[in-house]
Amino acid sequence: MTPGLDHFLTVGALLFCLGLIVALSKRNAIGVLMGIELMLNAVNVTLLAFHRFTESANPVAGQTFVVFVITVAAAEAAVALALAVSFYRNRETVDVDRINLLRS
Amino acid sequence: MPFLLAESAATSVPTIDEWVLWAIIASPLIGWGLIVAYLRKIPVVAGGVAIATIGVSLALSFFALFNVIDADGGILVHTHEWFTAGSLSVNIGVRIDGLTAVMLVVVTSVAFLVQLYSTGYMHGDTGYGRYFAHMCLFVFSMLGLVLADNLFMIFIFWELVGLCSYLLIGFWFHRPAAAAAAKKAFITTRIGDLGLLAALLLIWTRGPGGSFDVGLIQEWATSGEPEGWIITLFALGIFAGAVGKSAQFPLHVWLPDAMEGPTPVSALIHAATMVAAGVYLVARFFPVFEASHDAMTVVAWIGAATSLIAATIAIVQTDFKRVMAYSTVSQLGLMMLSLGAFGYVAAIFHLFTHAFFKALLFLTAGSVNHATNTYDMRLMGGLRKYMPITFATCVIGSLSLAGIFPLAGFWSKDEILLDAFRENPGLWFVAQLVSLLTAFYIFRAIFLTFFGEYRGGQPVDPHDHDSHFEGDPAHPHEPPWSMRAPLLILAVPAIAAGAFVINHSFRDLIEGALPHALEHESSFEWSIAISSTVLGVLGIGLAWAIYQKHWLSSRSFAMGFGPLTALFEQKWYFDKLYEDFLVKRVLQSGWNRLLELNDKYVVDGVVNGVGTVARVTSDRMRVIQNGQPQAYGLGFAAGILVVVVAVFAANPL
Repeated sequence: MTPGLDHFLTVGALLFCLGLIVALSKRNAIGVLMGIELMLNAVNVTLLAFHRFTESANPVAGQTFVVFVITVAAAEAAVALALAVSFYRNRETVDVDRINLLRS
Repeated sequence: MPFLLAESAATSVPTIDEWVLWAIIASPLIGWGLIVAYLRKIPVVAGGVAIATIGVSLALSFFALFNVIDADGGILVHTHEWFTAGSLSVNIGVRIDGLTAVMLVVVTSVAFLVQLYSTGYMHGDTGYGRYFAHMCLFVFSMLGLVLADNLFMIFIFWELVGLCSYLLIGFWFHRPAAAAAAKKAFITTRIGDLGLLAALLLIWTRGPGGSFDVGLIQEWATSGEPEGWIITLFALGIFAGAVGKSAQFPLHVWLPDAMEGPTPVSALIHAATMVAAGVYLVARFFPVFEASHDAMTVVAWIGAATSLIAATIAIVQTDFKRVMAYSTVSQLGLMMLSLGAFGYVAAIFHLFTHAFFKALLFLTAGSVNHATNTYDMRLMGGLRKYMPITFATCVIGSLSLAGIFPLAGFWSKDEILLDAFRENPGLWFVAQLVSLLTAFYIFRAIFLTFFGEYRGGQPVDPHDHDSHFEGDPAHPHEPPWSMRAPLLILAVPAIAAGAFVINHSFRDLIEGALPHALEHESSFEWSIAISSTVLGVLGIGLAWAIYQKHWLSSRSFAMGFGPLTALFEQKWYFDKLYEDFLVKRVLQSGWNRLLELNDKYVVDGVVNGVGTVARVTSDRMRVIQNGQPQAYGLGFAAGILVVVVAVFAANPL
């Protein structure tokens, strides 16, 4: 059996759900970041699947979009990790429940 | 453009220039303006200006009267459009006819003499300028009321005289009794005015084409075009206004209290002119009442009840001025009775004579007060020796009031009795009974005040700085000439005003104001004239026997009547009924309590309810807002999930 669009989309959806669960349930900030990365990549899978399996007047659009997403995700990961590191230096924790300095 | 109403019974039209009529109204207004703006602090000039401006009105009123007499009581209307709004069109104009001309002369002449009297009576009062300003404003309003050619203007001036009455009753506003009396008068008459306002609205919606014109309303009522109940309702609305202003039962309670004002005010406003405005108003719309026999019956019996109730209260009063006040209520009741018995001319004739002799009586009361510092008859007595002029004029006024031949009151009362007898023997009986009581109570007052030994008056209270009493109550004396002269002048019409009726000119004059001739005509009857005179003499004799000769003790006399005396002394419990039942129970415990509960539970309930709902919801909702992006994200994801499921459930693939 050759894998079709449905299979790819199912994988993408499952990956997205896993990422979402991780991002929402992890108490560790690094874990949350990893969940977000997972969600981004799930979207990438979906985009590429549509690119591969559907006719389009503009075939490069899907791939281009994915490249952009990867770039932005890398930048976001860099910034978020920098934040996590600097927060850890100040408070000796990356537990998101305790990152509540703005709360009165 | 002057125009003649087609149905007028008269043949010719008065030829008065319009500016003359407007000048009659405007002159006291100018006096008021001058006094208020410049002369309040200059007593002598203020009094002079008031007398001068009212004198101008007086002269022009006489000119108008003679002009109308020359025209055999024709009707002249000068009117201009004031404004139009939708179906409402209001004119501003003056109407002169026999009724108006007579009222003009009554108002201005009594006002003139009362102003003259006031310069002496109010001498030294701190509010002297204010007093004359109010008086001028009153005369202006009253003249406007009389001359107005439409119901709308009548209503405006009607309220203005009510305002002036309020201001003048409460003239000594620092006295709590005066302030309370002013409020009582204002509020009580306002209840009646509601009826007048209702009549105004009714005539606008159902009347002759959105016009308030007196002549048009009269024609409309007699045309047979409107339905009977509309006419009756309109007439009763007008009459409700008259009941308030003329102190008729059941709204008569304010007039005796109004005696808290200065005595000249009582003489002018609460005896001669303003309280007669109710009678004037009913007379003005007499064709409307004629068209509704139900309304006529109400008018007649309300008048009869009023005159009997007030006369019975008057016989037990100890305050000289209150005897006069109840006497006024009683006489106004007789006028209403007369109107209700189709005695249109008799009512106006009695209004005319009553204005003079009652103003005279009030002014003598003022003189007595000026000498003794009191109105309490138990502190007077024997004043005949000290004040011969006051005594003589008071007796003339009283004889006239008692209806003794040949004084003015005899003729007018006789007319009323005639009309009452023709219409309904029951009314006639009440009127006769009132005549007897009238003669009794007024001569009771005379004997108590002027005969016997002087009982010392009311000593001047050195701590009462409001009192401007001059002289010594222990040694009473005649008032100054400025007060004696009006008494003497007023005594003349009190004796001779009856002469009008003898040559029938008065009847023609008054009848000319109606759009058609009267259906009911009565002629002089010896039996009625003699019986009423006999009853009058009987009343005087009874008073003489009890209060002068002491053949009958007044105490045992009162005991003999037992519960009736108590009823009269408590003023038939009207004040108690209104104060204790209406005000305290119905208003304060009932209506006010209802409003309080509404305020507490409905109004406050809504406000508090909104607050409570907001607080409780936020208490629940604050748990959600915990500052955790993960929790928000969960909500976000769950929301999307719900939307997606919903979309797919609605549109299956």
